[in-house]
Amino acid sequence: MTKAIRVAGLHKAFGRTHALDGLDLSVATGQVHGFLGPNGAGKSTAIRVLLGLLRADSGTAELLGGDPWADAVALHRRVAYVPGDVTLWRNLSGGEVIDLYGRLRGGLDRDRRAELTERFELDPTKKGRTYSKGNRQKVALVAAFASDVELLILDEPTSGLDPLMEEVFRGCVSEARAAGRTILLSSHILSEVEALCDRVSIIRKGRTVESGTLAELRHLTRTSISAELAGPPGAIAQLPGVHEVEVRGPRISLQADTDKLDAVLRSLAQSGVRSLTSSPPTLEELFLRHYANPGAVR
Amino acid sequence: MNTQLAGTGALLRLALRRDRVMAPVWILVVAMLVLSLPGSLESVYGTAAERERLLATMTANGSLRALYGPVFGDSIGALTAWRGGVFAGLLAGVMSLVIVVRHTREEEESGRQELLSAAMVGRRAPLTAALLAALTANAAAALLVTAGLAGRGAAGALALGLGIGATGMLFAALAAIAAQLTESARLAKGLTGAFIGAAFVLRAAGDAGAPDGGSALTWISPLGWLEHVRAFAAERWWVLALFAAASAAQLVAAYALAARRDVGMSFLPARPGPARGRLGSAGALAWRLQRGALLGWSLGFLAAGVVFGGMTDGATELVGDNARTREIIERMGGQAGQAGQGVLADAFLATMAGMLAMVAALYIVSAVLRLSAEESGQRAEPLLANAVGRLRWAGGHLAVAFGGSALILLLAGLGLGIGHGEDIGGAVAATLGQLPAVWVIGALAALLHGAVPRFAVAAWAVAGAALALGWVGPALNLPQAVLDLSPFAHLPKLPGGQDPSWAPFVALTALAAALLAAALTALRRRDLAA
Repeated sequence: MTKAIRVAGLHKAFGRTHALDGLDLSVATGQVHGFLGPNGAGKSTAIRVLLGLLRADSGTAELLGGDPWADAVALHRRVAYVPGDVTLWRNLSGGEVIDLYGRLRGGLDRDRRAELTERFELDPTKKGRTYSKGNRQKVALVAAFASDVELLILDEPTSGLDPLMEEVFRGCVSEARAAGRTILLSSHILSEVEALCDRVSIIRKGRTVESGTLAELRHLTRTSISAELAGPPGAIAQLPGVHEVEVRGPRISLQADTDKLDAVLRSLAQSGVRSLTSSPPTLEELFLRHYANPGAVR
Repeated sequence: MNTQLAGTGALLRLALRRDRVMAPVWILVVAMLVLSLPGSLESVYGTAAERERLLATMTANGSLRALYGPVFGDSIGALTAWRGGVFAGLLAGVMSLVIVVRHTREEEESGRQELLSAAMVGRRAPLTAALLAALTANAAAALLVTAGLAGRGAAGALALGLGIGATGMLFAALAAIAAQLTESARLAKGLTGAFIGAAFVLRAAGDAGAPDGGSALTWISPLGWLEHVRAFAAERWWVLALFAAASAAQLVAAYALAARRDVGMSFLPARPGPARGRLGSAGALAWRLQRGALLGWSLGFLAAGVVFGGMTDGATELVGDNARTREIIERMGGQAGQAGQGVLADAFLATMAGMLAMVAALYIVSAVLRLSAEESGQRAEPLLANAVGRLRWAGGHLAVAFGGSALILLLAGLGLGIGHGEDIGGAVAATLGQLPAVWVIGALAALLHGAVPRFAVAAWAVAGAALALGWVGPALNLPQAVLDLSPFAHLPKLPGGQDPSWAPFVALTALAAALLAAALTALRRRDLAA
């Protein structure tokens, strides 16, 4: 499988702050890749390196097979970027900015532009200063999704969008993927990532702490189980991979490492199960686990 | 407690804290412009007889009156007020407009005001705090001037200090109105700046015509009022009441306008724009962003040229063959080689061309620093994420800045020629002859932005220093080595003098090109500022 983005051991320091500290990132062509991390983890810095706006101190970065610094202009013809905080020129209308950006990329699909303007309910005649934050965001999103490009780099693109527009955005991402485009989606909205992304990379303090499909990542976390048992629970608490066991009468609740589920269920079945609920780990849990304990990968 | 003013104190402290570097520098510049004069005037015109001769010459010479205003006395104090008063008032006006707009319209435009206004902040508090910040700065400048000159006569020192401070506050009140009218801080500053420029031109035109400064044109201009305070020459205190009345009227208007609009809105609202755009390149965008300012500068330079050109004959007729005047013109930078009407006219035109060119340096700095504003305003980042190289991006803005400075100097030359009514070619050559020096300053600004973007605003200091060296440097008898720091010092003054050698033009243009190349190289290599 070809890679749209390939980053290995990337370092970037601003003075004494190490914004990137050996970042690895690999995004396969045609996939939607979620890029997660707490504030200040280095997501935007990584994106700015990929866009050739910053020069990495060390490590390698490859964008669409080229060098993001040296081949910036040629590569940018094939890339559309939406920053998390869009600033527009006061005296230019939204429509003018969309068309300018389109021309400065690979070109703009006229019909698609009209359709997207409609779907995002954007008034393109307003001047930059008079747009609200959400509407500025829409200007950049329309410009990006209407552009004829191979790769979309979206840095928290939905900040300021209302839930309806968020839904339109999700539709646009799905269409872009269906059209064979690659998307790097940096986001804080986990439901968004869960719904859209094929793969996820979690970074923390400038380093990648986890990367894989959501299924793979889930595998590394715990499933919550609560059950009503016919008999005593036995030695279930001693099983490997079982945590936070709580017994209250016939009811038991526990957390099990997802890869140890099989043994846990067997043990429960031996006690006789009257009812059982289990909930898979949410991305939130995944996220919190990585953010809360430094260095804990597993 | 008046809830309309709630939070004024907190906002004022915020303003003073934000201005803690900028305001003191401005205050010192305003004060030092005046306070550096007595010593040097004393060394040049030490005896009473010399000063009397100076006074007679100045009174007789319209062109010098146009520049500095009429002299009302031959004491060192009166000469200081004459030489520095109007310029200090002008600078105090610029300082005030920057402070007021910075804490009113700029805050609203950036959206920061919204956050503040949602707190315990009254409707009138932001404007009041901004005006109080301006009052603090002007009072400090007035105090420094008064204290520094007190030894030359307490009444005169107080009159000059109050006059300069009052001029500053009058323009602060004007800026307060402009900040209500426009939606953009840039436009509010430009509008107020244009009024200050018009005040200077009116005063200059009035003083060129009337030896005692009694022209109606002078009396229209607040800067004319400043000279009519007549510090150190039988002070006319009632003139200060004019400032108070005009400022009060403007403040009433500003508060009335402020009460009738919403936060962030204005009386000159943005009209809807086209739904489709034709802009197709970074260069076209740069032109689009800068063309309005360039148009304003072009009109201003053309008008100033016509006015100054029109003053030329009146200025020279009165003088005739006067060795003393020649010396003074030479000291101001003209080249009065031989006596005669034509030579004096040439010297006057050369002085004006030099002055306009130094102001053009301010234009080129503002145009080049647009790059810096685009970058720190986060607009460059998404633009450069498109297929736009940094050289293209910077090239567009630099082309406007360097081409635009050539255009405004060309128009100033045309204006001078048209106003004077003869030798338009010579006048154009005079202003365009200064272009290499303007370019050097523009290239320095580009280099600052390219190499040390955080300190790009230092380019204003470069232009300001060149302006100060050219304007007051010769009068201060500074050593030539210091005067030579300004690129303008190396260009021959045209028209007049001997046939100029090409060497300085070529050398300065080459220097500008080299600096520009270094600037672009540095820009290509560095990280984009976040």
